[in-house]
Amino acid sequence: MSEPLKGVVVSHAGLAQSLVAAAETISGVPGALVPVSNEGCDGGSLKARIGEAIGAGPALVFVDLPGGSCLTGAVRIARDQGHGVAVVTGVNLAMLLDFVFHRDLTPAEAAERARDAGGRAIRIAPS
Amino acid sequence: MSIALVRVDDRLIHGQVVVGWGQPLGLGFIALVDDGVRASDWEQDLYRMGVPPGIEAIFASVDEAARHYAEWERDPRVGLVLTGDIDTLIALVHRVPGLRRITLGGLHHRPGRVERLRYVYLTDEEVAKLKALVGEGVDVSAQDVPTARAVPFADLTR
Repeated sequence: MSEPLKGVVVSHAGLAQSLVAAAETISGVPGALVPVSNEGCDGGSLKARIGEAIGAGPALVFVDLPGGSCLTGAVRIARDQGHGVAVVTGVNLAMLLDFVFHRDLTPAEAAERARDAGGRAIRIAPS
Repeated sequence: MSIALVRVDDRLIHGQVVVGWGQPLGLGFIALVDDGVRASDWEQDLYRMGVPPGIEAIFASVDEAARHYAEWERDPRVGLVLTGDIDTLIALVHRVPGLRRITLGGLHHRPGRVERLRYVYLTDEEVAKLKALVGEGVDVSAQDVPTARAVPFADLTR
């Protein structure tokens, strides 16, 4: 089996750190997710920060919004690294919790799984 | 009202632009003036992903922006013009006589730059270029989001 996927969570401000901390607390799985904040970064330095977090890969990059600096930095890295990195947007805690237990997928497969898991968690609660 | 804001922001089209300014201004278009992005279809697709329905993303080189600026000003929609660096901004100002007010929205740390505000880092050379712009009668201030105070350029260099 190849190396398990690393998850890199990229967000505005401190959201990524909080999501990763929450995912680790709930799942009890440390080290599967690495947080990256865009705080204080221009496009080049954010791309470098994401690249450092990904390392040798393979990796799935979770981005908060479907546009903006976090997405552009992540997509530039994915483009440079080819099939070893995939990017999914709209990160939420549910998709991170699913991911940490399903890291034996290709980045593209994991991205699809994350999209589905995250989407399933968005519901209107009964009142 | 047409062009409500001319902003320099090295993150180009991102949350502060689309949401922070886009919502209160009721933006109808964002004109991103950047020769590099203008030449790259995939970068345009990438930036377009961050623009909600109802806001048109226009990608222009400096030459194209200079030619179309008057049209953008006549556009009945509210517009925001965006550049990613000071040199592009200055090139645009020098080609568009009516452009007399610019906002530094986000210029982040990189080697050689000094913090002037939490979201504005400038090299001494960039400061000199902006001072020259002020000397030409251009109103330069810094403001990241509409709810923040606009900081006059003179206050950044004290």
